Amino acid sequence: MEIPYTVTARPDTGLWNAKLGIWLFLASEVMLFGGLFSAYIFLRLGAEPGYWPMGLLNVPVGTLNTFVLIGSSVTVVLAWAALKMRQFRRYQIYMAITVLCGLVFLGVKLGYEYPQKFHHYGAFIKKDSLPKYEEFLGNLHLAEKGLAPRVEITGHLHHEDEHHLEITLDPVNADPTNPENDRPRFWPVKATEKIAKIDKADVEFSGVFAPKHSPYFATYFTITGLHGLHVLGGVIVFCYYLLPVSTRLYRKNPEHFANRVEVAGLFWHFVDLVWIFVFPIFYLL
Amino acid sequence: MSAPTSSESNGHDVSHDAEHVAKHIKMYLVVGALLFVFTVITVGLSYVNFGSHHNNVIVGMIVATFKAGCVAAIFMHLWGGEKLIWRVLYLTIFFAIGLFALTYFGWVDPIPGTSHWQK
Amino acid sequence: MATASATAHDNDHHDHGHDHHELGFWQKYVFSTDHKTIGIQYGITGLIFLMIGFCLMMLMRWQLAHPGTAIPYVGNLLENIFPAQMTGGIMQPDFYNALGAMHGTIMVFLGIVPVAFAAFGNYVVPLQIGAPDMCFPKLNMASYWSFFVGGVIMLVSFFVPGGAAKSGWTSYSPLANIADHPGTPIPGIFGTDAVVHTILNGQTMWIIGMVFLITSSLLGSVNFIATIVQLRAPGMTWMRLPFFVWANLITAFLLLLAFPPLEAAGVMQLMDRLAGTSFFLPTGLAVGNQPLPISGGGSPVLWQHLFWFLAHPEVYVLILPGIGIIAEVIANNTRKPLWGYKAMVYAIFVLGFLSFIVWAHHMYLTGMGSKVAAFFQTTTIIISIPSVILLTALMLSLWGGAIRFTVPMMFATAFLPMFGIGGLTGIPLAFNAIGLYLHDTYYVIAHFHYIVAPGTIFAIFAGVYYWFPKASGRHMNQFLGKVHFWGSFITMNGVFMPMFLQGMLGMHRRWYDGGTTYEQISSGIAFGRTGLEWNQVISTSAWLLGLAQIPFIFNFFWSIWRGKKATDNPWDATTLEWDTPTPPPHGNFIKPITVYRGPYEYSVPGESKDFTPQSEPPSGVEAKAPAHTAAH
Repeated sequence: MEIPYTVTARPDTGLWNAKLGIWLFLASEVMLFGGLFSAYIFLRLGAEPGYWPMGLLNVPVGTLNTFVLIGSSVTVVLAWAALKMRQFRRYQIYMAITVLCGLVFLGVKLGYEYPQKFHHYGAFIKKDSLPKYEEFLGNLHLAEKGLAPRVEITGHLHHEDEHHLEITLDPVNADPTNPENDRPRFWPVKATEKIAKIDKADVEFSGVFAPKHSPYFATYFTITGLHGLHVLGGVIVFCYYLLPVSTRLYRKNPEHFANRVEVAGLFWHFVDLVWIFVFPIFYLL
Repeated sequence: MSAPTSSESNGHDVSHDAEHVAKHIKMYLVVGALLFVFTVITVGLSYVNFGSHHNNVIVGMIVATFKAGCVAAIFMHLWGGEKLIWRVLYLTIFFAIGLFALTYFGWVDPIPGTSHWQK
Repeated sequence: MATASATAHDNDHHDHGHDHHELGFWQKYVFSTDHKTIGIQYGITGLIFLMIGFCLMMLMRWQLAHPGTAIPYVGNLLENIFPAQMTGGIMQPDFYNALGAMHGTIMVFLGIVPVAFAAFGNYVVPLQIGAPDMCFPKLNMASYWSFFVGGVIMLVSFFVPGGAAKSGWTSYSPLANIADHPGTPIPGIFGTDAVVHTILNGQTMWIIGMVFLITSSLLGSVNFIATIVQLRAPGMTWMRLPFFVWANLITAFLLLLAFPPLEAAGVMQLMDRLAGTSFFLPTGLAVGNQPLPISGGGSPVLWQHLFWFLAHPEVYVLILPGIGIIAEVIANNTRKPLWGYKAMVYAIFVLGFLSFIVWAHHMYLTGMGSKVAAFFQTTTIIISIPSVILLTALMLSLWGGAIRFTVPMMFATAFLPMFGIGGLTGIPLAFNAIGLYLHDTYYVIAHFHYIVAPGTIFAIFAGVYYWFPKASGRHMNQFLGKVHFWGSFITMNGVFMPMFLQGMLGMHRRWYDGGTTYEQISSGIAFGRTGLEWNQVISTSAWLLGLAQIPFIFNFFWSIWRGKKATDNPWDATTLEWDTPTPPPHGNFIKPITVYRGPYEYSVPGESKDFTPQSEPPSGVEAKAPAHTAAH
């Protein structure tokens, strides 16, 4: 006996097997990213004021990646539609564009964003020593405005020896009382030439913007890393659907192949959906 | 090249399917464009001062939920989709919200003195 | 038709001389996609892990009964393998902790879930719903091998420098984050010193093993739900499903939705260990009087929330398939339908649903406020109601039945009061005020072991004796079965009943010296014995319990070749799995099947036999082959 309902729908549920299967899997993925998002909420609520940074990620690049991913969601559904209408050439084109978008997304992330972070440096100043570095932190100015204090000096590591750190300052630390620096800006501003010399004794924790730098970067890298793995997985499956073996399945049973592409497309839309939430909460809010 | 072969057995009418899908192409493109626009809106609104940062978060999440809803409803064919899938999703969303909410309340309602910085 | 598998045998077993299928040895027995082979693979592997976990416990019981003394016979052997952890044949505290953590992990994730859910579920559920296989056979195979790899990683972790994970099966941060911390020199096995780098240490391997096990369960649960929804035979409506299928459906949903947050937490704990993040490490943490060089800002309570979000539904995963098995065995051996089938179905829905919102009753002592505690106390008390409904319905099913005390029925009957004790002793634990006194004591251990040990494990035994004839074509020996039953039943109570007393005396669950240094245990008296003396009673019972399993192990393998031959339906049962040849061939049913009746048509007035199979049409109607796409 063959397994029924692999291509045609079961009348009472209206579903063929793999469609139900992928939605069940997506439900578990909602809980997976839900677990990570609940960790984000928990850690962010638990962060002392000033210890959860904003404005450290490149917003234009993130926005570009969002456009790329949304675009790929459009092209993948058009690819599926082309299959349902038995327009194979059109399907191949749209699917190839989808793969390209996925690769661009990953390339931007792994080739530009992550390496940028690994060169960006930050030093958390001990609470008792905060007044000493007021010229770089501007906390009196922030307190007047009712904003959260700054506790970190960021920039690029210029020089390090046994007792001191020298950091080429980011604009927000070079000019902390400038009202334009009160909130993060859209276009990233280049690092200044100004250098700050910091005593290591005043530093609570310092390092490049790696996952261990702070709970913010820990969550950022973990969530975007896991999301990136999902993007990669989707790209691999789509590549498989462009190979000759898949063309043969289309020739033999086009409806079955269309169903497969739909199932992979659903996974891809979910990945896009997760990014729609990830982007604002890390880059903007 | 596009002649259907063996799969429309069992009375499943593929040509009807194809028509059905063709009608939706325009909608996919429109929704795609809408999502682009709303991405710009998301970024823009994050630079508007809504009073407190808390309010900005709420606004941001509302826009994100709307965008996610468009993807789910239109691209993932949930709108007009099968009841069973909706039911699985209701269950999932309920538990996901439960996880968020109860974890949040566990944080917000502590025994005094058990947080290292909260009074 | 060639038989594909189905003998209760080890993975590399021999063909039984039947017609050869086109598949080669590896595809037929090792990388099989047939749900029956996979079920047997899960069953054998799971039973082996249950035995391993049991042996770990028997070792621990020596240390508890005779703290600080060398273990006889076995002690020297272990000293050769683990010189630093068993010096002089005496169990070191670290090794005790490792055994404790791995006993829990192995029993729960490598033993009970694979056997009760994956093994029985995979073998029986497609047969009971009239399906030719699971919905996604290749995915099913992937699930099994993911489980296998996870299990191997867990076992190998004993032999890496530093030994296996020792932070409890609950792996609480911050201890689990820093235990066997990578980069610290730890004496290795066979007397070598090894600087432990990154992955090769027990705690990290625990997390990696868990990721494989979670993946296996997730893929498996997708398969179960899709199969039960989509592949029911024509006429198999929802309310005609055997209760075992309902139990597995709900269990699959629990696994599907509850496991992922633990996977997320596992990834985060892995990042903490390998990438130095501080998801679960608070600001200002010091280890050995030295502040840790971490960013801080994390929260140990976050780990607990994410862990228990899974682990509470997990305990229902441990019991529900067992209840399903018991329901089948009771209906069959009382020769009457289950009492309150509909109530049981609704109860199991409510139970599954509520199980997601009770988790923080494991966390009453973490400093949560009174409002949140009140919420969880309320939901926990409410969840006892569906459990009681299930147990009561099963008990009422015995009333007026023509009970046959076959070996499966003996286990099933014993299950009822044992599960009752386990469940009722859980009710005090629902209250956070009582948690102040009983949290992390042996009372809790006794409570949950009553549910899994004389609960689920008895259900597993019942299932093995019950379905063995269908899988292998032979009966297991009844006399040995009864010896196994009575031996297990008496000794299990000897092990777990005194633990309630110890818990109420205040004995903590993870003390490696059995409470010697605490006066309330060394001098405290309960029912005429001190806490320490009860340790000896418990340990002796545990070793006798081990002896009582020998007839079972022998019986299991001996019966495969020498057991009394069984007919296709030796128990005169009504459900569809007995409608197949023995053992069922690939594709299960010789001809497509239609269901006409409910699952428990026993002793129906007016019928000539005392049972009517589900697929038998009403008299006067000819059994019809279903139309190609017919479904109901």
